[in-house]
Amino acid sequence: MDNQASVVGTGSDQSLHLNLDQILQQAAEHKGCGTSSEGGKASCGSSTAPEDMDPAVWEKVKNHPCYSEEAHHHYARMHVAVAPACNIQCNYCNRKYDCANESRPGVVSEKLTPEQASKKVLAVASTIPQMTVLGIAGPGDPLANPAKTFKTFDLIYNAAPDIKLCLSTNGLSLPDHVETIKKYNVDHVTITINMVDPEVGQHIYPWIFWKNKRVTGIEAARILHERQMLGLEMLTAAGILCKVNSVMIPGINDKHLVEVNKAVKSRGAFLHNIMPLISAPEHGTVFGLNGQRGPTAQELKALQDSCEGEMNMMRHCRQCRADAVGLLGEDRSSEFSTEKVMEMDIQYDAEGRKAYQEKVEVERQATVLAKQAEMADLEAEFSGLKVLIAVATKGHGRVNEHFGHAQEFQIYELSTQGSKFVGHRRVDLYCQGGYGEEDTLPTVIRAINDCVAVFVAKIGGCPKDSLKAAGIDPVDKYAHEFIEQSAVKYFKEYLAKVKSGEVVHAARGDADIRQGAYIAA
Amino acid sequence: MAFKIITSQCTACSACEPECPNNAIREKDGTFIIKPEKCTECLGYFDDPQCVAVCPVDDTCVIDNSYPRYVAA
Repeated sequence: MDNQASVVGTGSDQSLHLNLDQILQQAAEHKGCGTSSEGGKASCGSSTAPEDMDPAVWEKVKNHPCYSEEAHHHYARMHVAVAPACNIQCNYCNRKYDCANESRPGVVSEKLTPEQASKKVLAVASTIPQMTVLGIAGPGDPLANPAKTFKTFDLIYNAAPDIKLCLSTNGLSLPDHVETIKKYNVDHVTITINMVDPEVGQHIYPWIFWKNKRVTGIEAARILHERQMLGLEMLTAAGILCKVNSVMIPGINDKHLVEVNKAVKSRGAFLHNIMPLISAPEHGTVFGLNGQRGPTAQELKALQDSCEGEMNMMRHCRQCRADAVGLLGEDRSSEFSTEKVMEMDIQYDAEGRKAYQEKVEVERQATVLAKQAEMADLEAEFSGLKVLIAVATKGHGRVNEHFGHAQEFQIYELSTQGSKFVGHRRVDLYCQGGYGEEDTLPTVIRAINDCVAVFVAKIGGCPKDSLKAAGIDPVDKYAHEFIEQSAVKYFKEYLAKVKSGEVVHAARGDADIRQGAYIAA
Repeated sequence: MAFKIITSQCTACSACEPECPNNAIREKDGTFIIKPEKCTECLGYFDDPQCVAVCPVDDTCVIDNSYPRYVAA
């Protein structure tokens, strides 16, 4: 994991074709989802031409923080934990502990009834006007709890029809519920698909509950695979947008996920989210206990990059718990405990929400226009050179967080193609899996070790020196400026320094991916 | 004999409740319990006891030896 030097960026053949008509599209989705002109790419928006995307799809995803990288800076989502039961067992999940990417009903997080969930949604929507999406993601499988899931959707649809509904499922029961999903106007579904080959699947899924039996081994994986593919095809046929989540498990399905990517793309999934395995012994999962490691940042990015030519990749997933509230990267769930929500006097202000969201749209467009303006004179002579930077942000697309307060850093890849969001690195200290006794600063540096610079609103002298010693440039001169415009500015300066010999460009090393659920400490 | 749920193991996920063919399972004080007089160990319904088959935590739905063996009518 040391510096593996040599030349970075062996040349990208992607080129940006921009004009003003595309800016709005970029405003919502410019995540640089690959801009190659190979046809047939399911587009989530990104920098691709508008003709690449069905306007109806665009309308559905543009304000969805989980489906649009750019929207996730501006819009919030919430999950309600109304679906505790599950119908399969995964080796990365342990329902007995409240630590990995599920919440445990009845212990730390609360299991909600549909009525409680509905009230909570209205409370959050009234407090956080940029909350546009309500998801049901568990903590079990929403479709293993169909009555509770659909009752919740029904209540919310009637009380707050402007809120988008979505759900996340393992797919086993999906074909039985596509009609109902359609009926409740749920237009986004996420299926977690970790394999398209039962030989691989048997190492991920020890059992499924199917037709009143516990089915194990390769047979379980075969049934699950068939149901997932059927469910995805049915969603596509029904016009329901589908994103696919995959957990990257090194040595088990890492290479295989390229096949998964092709299989789901050909069946109509429009976005693929490859997430790192969360695995630590204290989670009590099979993978945690048998020492199965998660991928490094470089391994994850390499796999995402290799799939990107085929299909749009999601890079901003925070692997939220089933009760998360707020912008991605923040968690405000503690403000909305059942006890607090039940005491609230809620006035659902649809007009106020609309007015606020209109302001957000203006902000989004300004962000993209600023970046475009900055891109205008980017030199082409270093076309193969790429660097990563880390950014401390609280949202709104600006460099607006102090280094020491950051719970995560957003990672952008800079090249003559511009800036491209490629992921985030958590540095919060909750549930840390292995870093507990160490100081915070070395942990943060390990998390952004592959970056040449870190953009912050403010930083103290001591961390500044440590960062410099580690070869990471602490940059506070873009405080409260737009992230992407500043990134392009910085890159121009960097290129000028390389040209003059002031800076010798060399590849950075790998970085750590933090383990554990994303939740406020 | 009937099945019982080990309370300390139960995650209260509710998966077992709708699977029980005898409606013997219900939620009580944040956990789930089996009414032994209603439990037939799924005899006559399914090959496998449903609560055991669906439970995400091993050794949570177990035989209650303190209860006399269920005898099919």
